[in-house]
Amino acid sequence: MSNTINQSNVTSSSKPTSNYSTKKKIFESVKFILLLLGAIVMLYPVMWMLSSSFKTVDKIFTEVGLWPSEITFNNYLQGWEGISGFTFSTFYLNSFIVVGLSILGNIIACSMAAYAFARLDFTFKKILFAVMLASMMVPIHVLLIPQYILFNNLNWINTYLPLVVPKFLATDAFFIFLMVQFIRGIPRELDNAARVDGCGPVQIFTRIIFPLMTPALVTTAIFTFIWTWNDFFSQFIYLSNPEKWTVTLALRGFLDTMGESMWGDMFAMSILSLIPIFVFFIAFQKLLIEGISTTGIK
Amino acid sequence: MISRFWHKNKIPLLFLSPWLIGVTILAFIPMIASLYLAFTNYNMLQAPTWVGLENFNTMLNSDSRFFQSLKVTFIYVFLGVPLQLIVAFSLATVLNRGVKGLSFFRAIYYVPSILGPSVAIAVLWRQLFGMEGIFNDFVSIFGLEPQSWISDPSTSLYTLIVLLVWQFGSPMVIFLAGLKQIPSDLYEAAAIDGAGPAYMLFKITLPLITPIIFFNLVMQIIGAFQAFTPAYIIGGGTGGTLDSTLFYTLYLYIKAFTQFEMGYASAMAWFLLVIIATFTGLLFLTARKWVHYQD
Repeated sequence: MSNTINQSNVTSSSKPTSNYSTKKKIFESVKFILLLLGAIVMLYPVMWMLSSSFKTVDKIFTEVGLWPSEITFNNYLQGWEGISGFTFSTFYLNSFIVVGLSILGNIIACSMAAYAFARLDFTFKKILFAVMLASMMVPIHVLLIPQYILFNNLNWINTYLPLVVPKFLATDAFFIFLMVQFIRGIPRELDNAARVDGCGPVQIFTRIIFPLMTPALVTTAIFTFIWTWNDFFSQFIYLSNPEKWTVTLALRGFLDTMGESMWGDMFAMSILSLIPIFVFFIAFQKLLIEGISTTGIK
Repeated sequence: MISRFWHKNKIPLLFLSPWLIGVTILAFIPMIASLYLAFTNYNMLQAPTWVGLENFNTMLNSDSRFFQSLKVTFIYVFLGVPLQLIVAFSLATVLNRGVKGLSFFRAIYYVPSILGPSVAIAVLWRQLFGMEGIFNDFVSIFGLEPQSWISDPSTSLYTLIVLLVWQFGSPMVIFLAGLKQIPSDLYEAAAIDGAGPAYMLFKITLPLITPIIFFNLVMQIIGAFQAFTPAYIIGGGTGGTLDSTLFYTLYLYIKAFTQFEMGYASAMAWFLLVIIATFTGLLFLTARKWVHYQD
């Protein structure tokens, strides 16, 4: 066995090197082209929607090519008019309110809890930490109905409170976990030095830990942005009044009321709804991919 | 005693209080409440009435839509997730061997993962596989008749599985990170011994990547069981033609928020919890047999 292996090794290394490297180059080029083709196939549907959003309705389904023979902005102008008397300006504003408050809530509440778990000592710490980890595993459907009844009794239906208040109560335990991991990587000497200078636990958090955990906070903000922007289920359950609709809900409303002739508007608004996430992705691409690689979030 | 407890814990309590309130009011109490509701009839107008195991009995013995939703969800999860992970793993290995423009491809392949869960993409999908959609233009190359893949009950679920597989980017990025951790001298040593690519894949890469496969499998299965948006949008708020895309969560939603059978829906939610716990538990149990941890 070892003989044959040695032999094949000898034959392969005795190949003329120039021949070998051309072969390798061809192989690399083929691989590159295949990967590029795959990328095009993957993105083709989105490109098609983008191009259709600039076509007149009668051409969307008849013209095959991606490049519109005649570019129109009408779909965007008409689509922006919105539905039920509210324009997309309202829907965008609503989305940004919900997203902004969710980010703020997650950053404040999760970082506080994470600091306690990572640095402070208290009774039942281990049990509470286990509870925190376990709470990440519970499917939202198990909590959904009692939460709905609670928010209904508080008269919070058709307000942003059911979407936003939970974030200020650190219900996205996943981010607590992420931040705990991050704080554990900050050297304790910094805390000790601050303590010598007369700082208590509160100042150590506000002056040392919180500023130093910026990368974890940015990761939290990015994922909160993407998840909240894309969220459909909870917004759909709590917001039925068109005045309160977010972009996601407005798209759904559009789909319900529209006829065949409105596909252009629908595509235009769909494209616009994807732009904030896309811009976020471009801006924070490196951090995002690092975040997924190290923690395994989507 | 109490004052000592207070003295030790007051500052930690200050930091923990938002989370403690949240986990109590929005998780712990709701869990108990929904467990109770699962054994009642409740429509939000009258007080809940205790019915014992009736909800579970109905679910398992006489609700054909419930079984349909289970079937649809199982096919979606156990066909879609493995397919998605196979695509993710294959591309990760190809990209890991060093390609020009690695970060470009990684970004492009990742994009569907963040766009995928949105309503906009579900709308696009509905169009893509509809009667006039571009998928028909594609299959016409092979001489197939155009049809509406979305409204045909024998194909509609598969369009949703394609949508799931399309979002292979995030497990792919995790695979890539894992592949980078494998020491390259292992491959070099194997190459000196004359090992071919197949040997390296099955004897080095796959065993060493099993923890990542396990992680992706658990995360994606949990996520796929709870999928809702695509089924809701593509099926137009119902389960689609002949309930062919009636996801479990969609049926739960219909029970709770259009038929106001809150007790029944709570029973369904707990049943879902048990299903997810069973499958993740099974995965963890079998993990000892096939997941290799290096240390």
